[in-house]
Amino acid sequence: MNKNCQTEYNPWLHYFAIATAIFTFLLIGLGGLVTSHEAGMSVPDWPNTYGYNMFLFPISKWVGGVFYEHTHRLLASTVGLLTVILAVWMGRREARPWLRRLGWVAVVLVIVQGVLGGLRVKWSMAGLGVFHGTVAQIFLVLTFAFVLWTSRWWLVTPWDKLMPVSRSLRRHVLYATILIFLQLMLGATMRHQHAGLAIHDFPLAYGQVWPDTSAEAMARYNAERVEVVTETPVTAFQIELQMFHRLGAVLIFLAVLACAWQARRQLGGRDVLGRITLGWLALIFLQIGLGIETIHSNKAADIATLHVMIGALSLVTGALGCVIAFRRADAAPKLAAETAISGGLHPAVGLVANK
Amino acid sequence: MNKILSLLAVGILGGASVAAAADIIGTVTYKGTPPAEKTITPILDDPSCGATYGGKAPTTHFYVVGANGEFGDVIVSLKDVYGPATGASAAPAVLDQKGCLYTPSILTLQTSQKLIVKNSDPVLHNVHLNPTVADNEKANEASINSAQMPNGADLNYAFPKPEKFLKFQCDVHPWMFAWVTIVDSPYFAQTGADGKFVIKNVPPGKYTIVADHRKAGETTQDIEVKDTDVTVNFTFAPK
Repeated sequence: MNKNCQTEYNPWLHYFAIATAIFTFLLIGLGGLVTSHEAGMSVPDWPNTYGYNMFLFPISKWVGGVFYEHTHRLLASTVGLLTVILAVWMGRREARPWLRRLGWVAVVLVIVQGVLGGLRVKWSMAGLGVFHGTVAQIFLVLTFAFVLWTSRWWLVTPWDKLMPVSRSLRRHVLYATILIFLQLMLGATMRHQHAGLAIHDFPLAYGQVWPDTSAEAMARYNAERVEVVTETPVTAFQIELQMFHRLGAVLIFLAVLACAWQARRQLGGRDVLGRITLGWLALIFLQIGLGIETIHSNKAADIATLHVMIGALSLVTGALGCVIAFRRADAAPKLAAETAISGGLHPAVGLVANK
Repeated sequence: MNKILSLLAVGILGGASVAAAADIIGTVTYKGTPPAEKTITPILDDPSCGATYGGKAPTTHFYVVGANGEFGDVIVSLKDVYGPATGASAAPAVLDQKGCLYTPSILTLQTSQKLIVKNSDPVLHNVHLNPTVADNEKANEASINSAQMPNGADLNYAFPKPEKFLKFQCDVHPWMFAWVTIVDSPYFAQTGADGKFVIKNVPPGKYTIVADHRKAGETTQDIEVKDTDVTVNFTFAPK
């Protein structure tokens, strides 16, 4: 290991990790705009752009869907570069071997992600877009985790003195995060159907609690359906996807509500995990609102893209909540016993929040 | 088996009794109020596309219905009648991109008939096909998604197998669609704005005739063609 390696706080490395995470988040937003504008195939070649080296493609040709797809590719290249620099930086200066390794995992992920995006275009295979959207979420979580792990807060927190997080709360946060991940996969599958909205009304669906998907009903829906973009017949599968996405939203809301309630009850309102889960709940509220508005606005591109971005932030929040909750699990038996003796809250509660 | 019999029937009758062939003529009407068309507002966001329309965006034309219910863009063909397709020797069909719209948006051609896609616009388009029949995809694999620069060279396609409403789209301008139906016989027609159609030189025989609209679905009738013209009318209505 390099003798300059350290576990001390390195502000510039941390700032760089923040920049990488922000760029990645914006990249997901831009990816959302690409699918919202149905522009994924607007640049038929890859890695070139209309025969040009993509970095030399004339700005005058960045029109219509090309603008979204081309800027998505340029921003993706930037994120790739930032990721490599971050991995090299951590490889040279970071003392924690697991973090150094994760830096290189991120490099592999960003390369896989780029190739997936390229093959989706080259092979004209919409299904690959679902994987592309899913890997993007995993990569985003990793970049935000780098921000957490390189932060002063993470390095100076006296983890062994914090109120332990119970097994049940840890599991709740984990399960809710997994639910969100599955929901995002479902959302990516819906978006990459390229069929627009499968159901146009809410809270009912085609005027029913659960829509009829018989052949006659499908023929009727499609006969009445007039779309300016994504003019493709909707299928029963697509309708069911949206119905499960709605159900998933209800489940996630209940799961995150349970996490927030449990965290507050067990750790107190000033505990960092209590605050995170409360913020998480607020994000889920916002996300549900955006989902409803996506339907009411007939999938307006800006609303649908915000829905993608807040979904990604919800996953990041849950994942970082998991990291913190599981980091505080180690001393659980000992501290739980101490807490029981002191008859209530552990004295370290709020220690971090008060810093 | 049915296919072979149909081929035989059409082949023998078509070859031996052209003189006895007759036309199938008719009108397709839409009874009721079709779904309202939508204004293609994003077309104005692109200055080059919007310039064509002087600030007033065009609408979709999914239901071309006249004042008296004349129903356009309905494809009428003989069911399960295959060959003798004359597509290879037929004049090429043309699909143009004009004003950032495909013209026409509904087109019917025969298997192996050449399809020329033009770009008459001063902007680039990408011509992106979505075949659902494997042989049609394979035959056009190299040009499944092709760039076409302003006034660029024409793109050429041909499809070996029948397929209904094969979608052409432009992802640069995501409101641009055309649906191309490929039939495997010369016995088809597409209704114009007057709702009328003529299928010429049909050999005598019993057939099922199909009227197919991309949105409104299909309807069929059983007919018999003898040595005089046959009139067949279709009526569609909201489902």
